[in-house]
Amino acid sequence: MPADGIPADLDAFPKLLARNARTFGDRPAYREKEFGIWQSWTWAQAKEQIEALAAGFAEIGLAEGDYLAIIGRNRPYLYWAMVAAQHCGAVPVPLYQDAVAEEMEYVLEHCGARFVVAGDQEQVDKVLEIQSRLHHLETVVYLDPRGMRNYDHTRLKAYSDVQAAGRSSAPAVREAIAARVARQGPDDTCVMLYTSGTTGKPKGVVLSNRNIVATAKASADFDKLSAEDSVLAYLPMAWVGDFIFSMGQAYWAGFCVNCPESPATMQADLREIGPTYFFAPPRFFEGLLTSVTIRMEDAGRAKRRMFRSFMDLARRVGPAILDGKPVSAGDRARYALGEALVYGPLKNTLGLSRVRVGYTAGEAIGPEIFEFYRAIGINLKQLYGQTEASVFITQQPDGAVRADTVGVPSPGVEIRIDENGEVFYRSPGTFVEYFRNPESTASTKDAEGWVATGDAGFIEEGSGHLRIIDRAKDVGKLASGALFAPKFVENKLKFYPNVLEAVVFGNGRDYCTAFINIDLTAVGNWAERNNIAYASYQELAQHPKVYETIAGHVAEVNRSLAEDPMLAGCQIARFLILHKELDADDGELTRTRKVRRRIIEEKFADLIAALYGGRDSVYTETEVTYEDGRKGRIKATLAIRDVAAAPLRKAAA
Amino acid sequence: MTPAVAAEAAPGRRIGGVLMEMRNITLRFGGVVAIKDISFDIREGEIRAIIGPNGAGKSSMLNVINGFYHPQEGEIWFRGEKRGSLRPHAIAHQGIARTFQNIALFKGMSTLDNIMTGRFTKMKSNMFWQALWKGPAEKEEYQNREVVEKIIDFLQIQAIRKTPVGRLPYGLQKRVELGRALAAEPKLLLLDEPMAGMNVEEKEDMSRFILDVNEEFGTTIALIEHDMGVVMDISDRVVVLDYGRKIGDGTPDEVRSNPEVIEAYLGVGH
Amino acid sequence: MPIWMLDTIEVIINGLMVGVLYSLVALGFVLIFKASGIFNYAQGVMALFAALTLVGLQSGQVPFSHLIKAVTGIEISHFGWELPAIVAILLTAGVMVIVAILVERLLLRHLVNQEPIILFMATIGLAYFLEGLGDLMWGADVRAVEIGLPQGGSLWFENLTKGWAADSGYWGMYIDKLDITATVIAGILVVSLTLFSQYTRIGRALRAVADDHQAALSVGISLRAIWVIVWSIAGIVALVAGAMWGAKTGVQFSLSLIALKALPVLILGGFTSIPGAIVGGLIIGVGEKLFEFTIGPMIGGATENWFAYVLALVFLMFRPQGLFGERIIERV
Repeated sequence: MPADGIPADLDAFPKLLARNARTFGDRPAYREKEFGIWQSWTWAQAKEQIEALAAGFAEIGLAEGDYLAIIGRNRPYLYWAMVAAQHCGAVPVPLYQDAVAEEMEYVLEHCGARFVVAGDQEQVDKVLEIQSRLHHLETVVYLDPRGMRNYDHTRLKAYSDVQAAGRSSAPAVREAIAARVARQGPDDTCVMLYTSGTTGKPKGVVLSNRNIVATAKASADFDKLSAEDSVLAYLPMAWVGDFIFSMGQAYWAGFCVNCPESPATMQADLREIGPTYFFAPPRFFEGLLTSVTIRMEDAGRAKRRMFRSFMDLARRVGPAILDGKPVSAGDRARYALGEALVYGPLKNTLGLSRVRVGYTAGEAIGPEIFEFYRAIGINLKQLYGQTEASVFITQQPDGAVRADTVGVPSPGVEIRIDENGEVFYRSPGTFVEYFRNPESTASTKDAEGWVATGDAGFIEEGSGHLRIIDRAKDVGKLASGALFAPKFVENKLKFYPNVLEAVVFGNGRDYCTAFINIDLTAVGNWAERNNIAYASYQELAQHPKVYETIAGHVAEVNRSLAEDPMLAGCQIARFLILHKELDADDGELTRTRKVRRRIIEEKFADLIAALYGGRDSVYTETEVTYEDGRKGRIKATLAIRDVAAAPLRKAAA
Repeated sequence: MTPAVAAEAAPGRRIGGVLMEMRNITLRFGGVVAIKDISFDIREGEIRAIIGPNGAGKSSMLNVINGFYHPQEGEIWFRGEKRGSLRPHAIAHQGIARTFQNIALFKGMSTLDNIMTGRFTKMKSNMFWQALWKGPAEKEEYQNREVVEKIIDFLQIQAIRKTPVGRLPYGLQKRVELGRALAAEPKLLLLDEPMAGMNVEEKEDMSRFILDVNEEFGTTIALIEHDMGVVMDISDRVVVLDYGRKIGDGTPDEVRSNPEVIEAYLGVGH
Repeated sequence: MPIWMLDTIEVIINGLMVGVLYSLVALGFVLIFKASGIFNYAQGVMALFAALTLVGLQSGQVPFSHLIKAVTGIEISHFGWELPAIVAILLTAGVMVIVAILVERLLLRHLVNQEPIILFMATIGLAYFLEGLGDLMWGADVRAVEIGLPQGGSLWFENLTKGWAADSGYWGMYIDKLDITATVIAGILVVSLTLFSQYTRIGRALRAVADDHQAALSVGISLRAIWVIVWSIAGIVALVAGAMWGAKTGVQFSLSLIALKALPVLILGGFTSIPGAIVGGLIIGVGEKLFEFTIGPMIGGATENWFAYVLALVFLMFRPQGLFGERIIERV
């Protein structure tokens, strides 16, 4: 479609692959660390691998219109499986690898996958466990043969065998595949991604070639991505972001996708690869900063003083230097010295020294954290997006980066705010439909193509930047009629390193209350330095001194809320520190670690009642699931604290 | 997958002839009899457990097999030959590797170096070439490093490759120790209480690794444990010791129903 | 630069060079201590013995000539030829390996698992035995080592530094060429030992034995073989140290006393750390020269005899595990 500026010979992944093998044939396309060494494949080699696999898939019966599920950690072989499926005219469906078997069952059955490509024995076991309930499943292709030797192989095939069969397949098979590729156009389905589902069952978001390629092109132009760039592929393959960064943009721009050796080595691999283009959720940047802070507190006095003084300088002039704004020559010289002594080595240990474009998104990032990275010269920016938009709705252009906005509309995206404050968008990346779910499609996307984001926000006057307040449905009212924006308050709380997670209640109530999860790393370190002994998370969480610290944070948040008359009602009157960490295994968080408000409200109803009941402590028992799947019960008595409300400061305004 | 399922799902495992046979072994320390006239065998490809309450003589038996102790009476037959009174390092060269109950790693060395040291018996180049780091020695280093990397991958300890093992948590140290023993590509792998001091989850991980080693490499494994639980699920045959005597020998089910074993474990009558 | 500053620099450089030799002797101690937990009192005597053997072999002296004369009445003291230095060095290295094998066969093998104090006593015995043996083999005369090491001050360095002084009348720094050579050789020795222990099978085995005997046995490392290797390396290190000291001061009995100088080095550097031995040696070398240069004249000189021990004593109070030794943490 010329309107999107995509030539017809580049409107699908197989065609992009062919272009890359032609143009960038000798440049690296994929790298993976295995056996301690970075193995790499050029675009030409990747094409050979993918075509062999595609032919192998065709040999075992993968047909046009089929769905092929992919489960495993980020590995080149699994990315190839996606593109190979597309060669065959089938639709790849990547799944979250940490999903339990029941979650997989729903998705596999819903999309009717006839084929599954599984990374290793663990994933194969999960699929085999539910195979009797999967009516469409025919063959499971496994990548890592470890432990699989004695499995019943009637429905199992090794990835390498499939590929080998493809290599020796008849020319007719290859010709048929070439014909299938030639038939593909912008309106064919490129990929189907299941949303992790903050509420209800996951929905299969159907994204067309047009959605992905147009988005990849626009966003690659926006940040001037080229074949010289490189990314580290470490976020779940089932997440739309990874599909855009490691597939869409990588194929469009022709840059190299690097896969870590294992999830545990991600940090070390990041250092070795030094990507130029990097995405991480705010949580990652928070964790990194916490570890830097801890290391500096343990360092010698001279080192600490040097770090502090250069960081003060960096906070003052770093962002301005990054944005190319005028800075005095003296400060520039001192910043250069700091770069040599502090910022450079720091960025190097973090693995971020070559990052040219960095993004964070998903939730709000603490301004302190955000500024820290920009101050030391990392071009960290924010974007706002969702699966239904093929990621990009808004993003921050270089030179206009701020902690409290999510940027201006991405190229080609239109934005509209309705009377309730909900954000709507329309773009070339807007999804086709929810798979087999016309009702949801209709309630999300209207006839003109406008999609409701479910988020409340506003366009800032003057700058044109979008600011997000909260989930639209979560913005409620207190009994007094005042605005209740829990996410907004929770984010303010979570900006403190000591607070890992916060859940604020108050809809329809007289006042607001909160559950707090402390950050064991930060608080534990603090406890160690202050000689506070504790045997468990639970014991530390209930320590009076910890309560005191958290109460201080809450009071500060109240004061800052009091500055805004709209949100002053959201001040927290009472809080408690939870006896367990909120956990995706217990259903309290989504797999992407978003709070599942409704489940928490049900599960901890007794605690909420106590928060509104005026008592100063509460006894509770909670069921928990251990990592091996066993269940247990935690018993605890939790203290409840009152916090004074701050007076409305700008009452006159 | 639970270990029990793994054992069932492995009908293709081959259990061969007798690999090692202990004949009428008696071991005394001064006047104290640690092992009294015990005979049993270990077959090729099997997982053989030696269990018994504390002080039953299990560790002594393992130390006899690996040559730390020399029995006063009895014969040890290994691969069809009677074994003389060899020193432990010579026994290692015969293809017997082991782990220790209290973890005996080289604490100051990295995970990689520890496992590389496990390749000692497989490396042949002489001191001269090694001093020059040339020719055969250099090639040998690379080849063995490759084997070691496969083991690191197998045990999923890539993240701690360069970490000094003294800094690792207990469970990981056990895994590194297993890796070091595996590096010798042993014909017989001795595991001294591989699950001691572990929580349920770590025990299940370790069980899986033991089963995988046995399946993937066909390694014969003899392990001792005082806790009957996990061992019964993963072993093919079990010897039960009590006060230095053998009181049971057979499949886990046979042993479980043996009245003498039940008595020893429940402590009735003593 | 003022002259006093240049003088100070000269003192420091000279101190560093002496320190290197201390380091070499300390290195021998550390190697054996790490591998077998034995404090080898005989390390100094091994240096003496090696130097005596080197000189004796090179000059074609007949070993045990006094003994032969006393027993048989035949008087031969010289073979009548002289060996090239390199051949003599290699032969001496061979002798040190034989000594190592004999030590393992006759001593260590029988003392396995004994208390450290017993082993220490055994090495005292070994020290006096070796001393006597050296005496018996090569006689008790003081002799010079002449293996072609450069002697005298470095004129080049003197000329280079002459112009540095602000005032005239400065003659340049005096650096002994032998010291420079010794430093270079010691440096090469240390670097190769470190690489060897990091990247080779035997090197790893050495470290493994140092860490855990049982575990080392279980992976097939023979403790006896390792002991022979370690004592051989220590013997060769002793040979280098002995040759250097011998070239400096002549081969004489007092050479064995440098072992005592190594003691404060070990206290500073820690008994188990190779870098510790190096840095400790340098600190002691520089420290005692500087002290003698600055404080010495005020208190009548000859401070070099005791300074090192006092420094070590002070150090013991603050950091008993040494500079690089493993930190001893006792939680109370």
